[in-house]
Amino acid sequence: MIELQQVSYGYGDSTLLSDITMKLAPGSFHFLTGPSGAGKTTLIKMCYGELIATQGRVTLFDQDAQHMSRDDVANARRRIGVVHQDCQFLDHLSLAENVSLPLTVSGRSLANPSELDDLLAWVGLSEQRDAKPPELSGGERQRAALARAVVTSPDVILADEPTGNVDWDMSLRLLKLLVELNRMGKTVLIATHDMNLIRSTKAQVQARVLRISNKHVNQAGADL
Amino acid sequence: MNVRLSTLMHFVAGDAQADRVVPPTGFTARLTVFAAASMAFLAVFALALSLATGRLADRWGDALAKSSTIRITAPVDQMDAQVLAVMEVLATTPGVKEARPLSDDEQRALLEPWFGPDLPLDQLPIPKLVEVIEDADGYDPEGLRARLTGEAPGAILDDHARWREPLVRAAKRLRALGFVAIVLITALAGVVITLAASAALSANEQVIRVLRLVGAHDRYIAHAFVRRYTLRALGGAVVGTVLGSLAILLLPSAGDQGNFLTGLGFERWEWLWPALIPLFAALVAFLATRQTAQNVLQEKR
Repeated sequence: MIELQQVSYGYGDSTLLSDITMKLAPGSFHFLTGPSGAGKTTLIKMCYGELIATQGRVTLFDQDAQHMSRDDVANARRRIGVVHQDCQFLDHLSLAENVSLPLTVSGRSLANPSELDDLLAWVGLSEQRDAKPPELSGGERQRAALARAVVTSPDVILADEPTGNVDWDMSLRLLKLLVELNRMGKTVLIATHDMNLIRSTKAQVQARVLRISNKHVNQAGADL
Repeated sequence: MNVRLSTLMHFVAGDAQADRVVPPTGFTARLTVFAAASMAFLAVFALALSLATGRLADRWGDALAKSSTIRITAPVDQMDAQVLAVMEVLATTPGVKEARPLSDDEQRALLEPWFGPDLPLDQLPIPKLVEVIEDADGYDPEGLRARLTGEAPGAILDDHARWREPLVRAAKRLRALGFVAIVLITALAGVVITLAASAALSANEQVIRVLRLVGAHDRYIAHAFVRRYTLRALGGAVVGTVLGSLAILLLPSAGDQGNFLTGLGFERWEWLWPALIPLFAALVAFLATRQTAQNVLQEKR
């Protein structure tokens, strides 16, 4: 689905990531870990075509990201749900409208309008349905971003520190949601520096842990 | 053509959801409406000026070109004979439709603005005037002058060309300047709307980033902005056009005695022109915003 082959990325003369080869196979579950500033966000951005590798080849759904047209990139993003650490929304729209935005831009709609209510209930935001994003707390924004990422039932979910602004119980709940999606056949990549979160997933899913260290990505020990 | 028509219909009908992705307010919205209204207001005046000068040029060019005057200067005792000779020459001149000597009352009326109402015409050595109306083919002025010199030496033909031509030229140039003003106003409207759209796209960078993140195509994002700005320009231009037209309607009229200034306005079917201004403004806004959106979106991945 998403494959990086000998990929490097840098700004000017400095290299942030070097010679990275990894593959997100269909139905796989990966954690991406590493210290702050190691390049986790950069790597995730390359995985959905926002950043282009300075060297190597990134393949998104069998297409070379470097040579994809903007429409192709947009089509690929319709198959990828992204949750960012700094969740951005359209502040003038309600939470429900923001969550259904991926459907709106692709001219689709849910088979049953109640599915949106179910989704909001799933992330614990039923009561905030009509609230505007600036009225939401950090944790609520993160859950809303997760709901928006999965509303189209994408093939791949990329989450960058999805539990960064929520308490432990909510972190586990969000993680459980991602595990459930993985069981439904979705490919999941979660960038996090929270090792406890990774350990707590052990009993639920077979996940691989990738660690960014010294600009390289390494397999971190045995599968959880 | 069908594809273009369906695209246009889709654009006009709009997409309620797509329209909502662009924030509805902001200084760029007010700027666009104000700019479109101002430009439309000015365009109405430029159009009125252009059409009025066009009418003036036509009037001077056509109506006055069909008439001329023969001025007869002779001693009082020879005046009638000279007039008779001139009338005989004119009666046999091809291209002359009608000729008649002006009566004393008519000549007095002509001189009244300068000499007052009680002019003793019979006591003054005033030349006699003969008005000549041409037919569609017109006469040969040089030939007529030559014949007058022979038959009535005191008669001088004035075909108005000397003073009419510069006036017609000036009126035509004024009309051209009116069109240049319209072109400049259109270009300025395009520039202002381009700047407003560009500022709006910059101010809404987060909106674009979010839309991109969730898989929006460039044409979807561009369409949302283009439709919003086109409709704003259309609304502003309607207001400007209505106000400009009202101002033109309220200009004082001098009826048949009206001169250039009091003749500024639209006549009958000419009102269609200002009615087209809002549509034209919307077209300019559509093209300017679309180009700006394409440029801005192309710069961002």
